Amino acid sequence: MPPKGRIEVNENRCKGCELCTDACPQDVISMAAERLNTKGYHPAELIEAGCTGCGICAIVCPEAAITVYREVSQRAASAEA
Amino acid sequence: MDTAQHELEQVVYQRPESLMEVDTHYCPGCTHGVAHRLVAEVLDEMQVRQRTIGVASVGCSVFAYNYFNTDFVQAPHGRAPAMATGIKRCLPDRIVFTYQGDGDMASIGMGEVVAAAARGENITVVFINNANYGMTGGQMAPTTLPGQKTTSSPNGRDVETQGFPMQAAELLATLEGTSYSVRRSLHDPKNVRMAKKALRTAFEVQARGMGFSIVELLSVCPTNWGMTPLQSLKWLEEAMIPFYPIGDYKVNPALAGLRF
Ligand SMILES: Cc1ncc(C[n+]2csc(CCOP(=O)(O)OP(=O)(O)O)c2C)c(N)n1
Ligand code: SF4
Ligand code: SF4
Ligand code: SF4
Repeated sequence: MPPKGRIEVNENRCKGCELCTDACPQDVISMAAERLNTKGYHPAELIEAGCTGCGICAIVCPEAAITVYREVSQRAASAEA
Repeated sequence: MDTAQHELEQVVYQRPESLMEVDTHYCPGCTHGVAHRLVAEVLDEMQVRQRTIGVASVGCSVFAYNYFNTDFVQAPHGRAPAMATGIKRCLPDRIVFTYQGDGDMASIGMGEVVAAAARGENITVVFINNANYGMTGGQMAPTTLPGQKTTSSPNGRDVETQGFPMQAAELLATLEGTSYSVRRSLHDPKNVRMAKKALRTAFEVQARGMGFSIVELLSVCPTNWGMTPLQSLKWLEEAMIPFYPIGDYKVNPALAGLRF
């Protein structure tokens, strides 16, 4: 099973450039069509399950607006303990 | 999400501490932002944020002093390497870097950077090559490609009258005082990773007192290129890289075997 992850986008920092949506290998980021941020852009958001926490979106984001989280598997967590 | 699940989650990427918590004025998709982020990540990793002094130049990145969470000064157009020289010589325990565009470094400031490299000044230059003058409205820069249309070369750069572009990483590599001179690009995740490694190496060169280091970063200017951010990444890859190959033009042999 691929690892499970999620991202948080600092919405008001996003400039809607779409570099993250294009780079995401899982195609799980999209621009929120129904919402505008304080700058007037449609911010990027995670649209569905399938994020692996690979961090590629964060690597290309010019605004450093993305925080990436990855689940630590139960087994890996207990091995570390 | 319940707490039990939270405990089993790790942060794999977060905004570096060496960036201020502020918005930048850069256009959407401008890779100045990526270059800033990479420098900040490297300063975090080397734990030198509190003893770093940046020198901002004239160009779109003039406000870099508002964006980095380090000490910063701002130099007259093209003079950042001269200012960095003075700072580093007075405060040799600081990490000193300049952040310069191609209009700044390769045009009005070419003399300063060449002289600083020839003297082997122990400073790091982050050089952003976006093939035009961004701040002033997309005029031709020394780095503008042959045939490239800009606001001051509306028929395309004619090498007969306007000369050939400057290849700064290759040029500065010829000088004895240069320890590290490489070119990287910011157009895709793999190249962004490579760019970060090069920046780390350049700052390590300085930390080891090995002399002048420069990383040339191919960067986009979607606004003045008249493209969307994604189109501009493609143009960088297809038009710029053939003329500005990614590569290591000088690497001090003393760096061999060092892994960061
Ligand atoms: C002495 C002087 N000459 C000219 C200018 C006008 N000027 C401002 S920014 C700039 C060039 C900026 O281009 P670049 O260094 O490529 O940076 P970018 O904006 O593309 O990031 C010029 C010529 C100036 N500010 N001062
Ligand atoms: S972390 Fe990876 S999979 Fe998840 S949204 Fe970002 S690019 Fe896509
Ligand atoms: S790369 Fe960053 S700024 Fe661009 S759309 Fe994604 S989150 Fe927004
Ligand atoms: S004008 Fe060009 S270089 Fe300047 S911020 Fe906009 S896209 Fe970036």
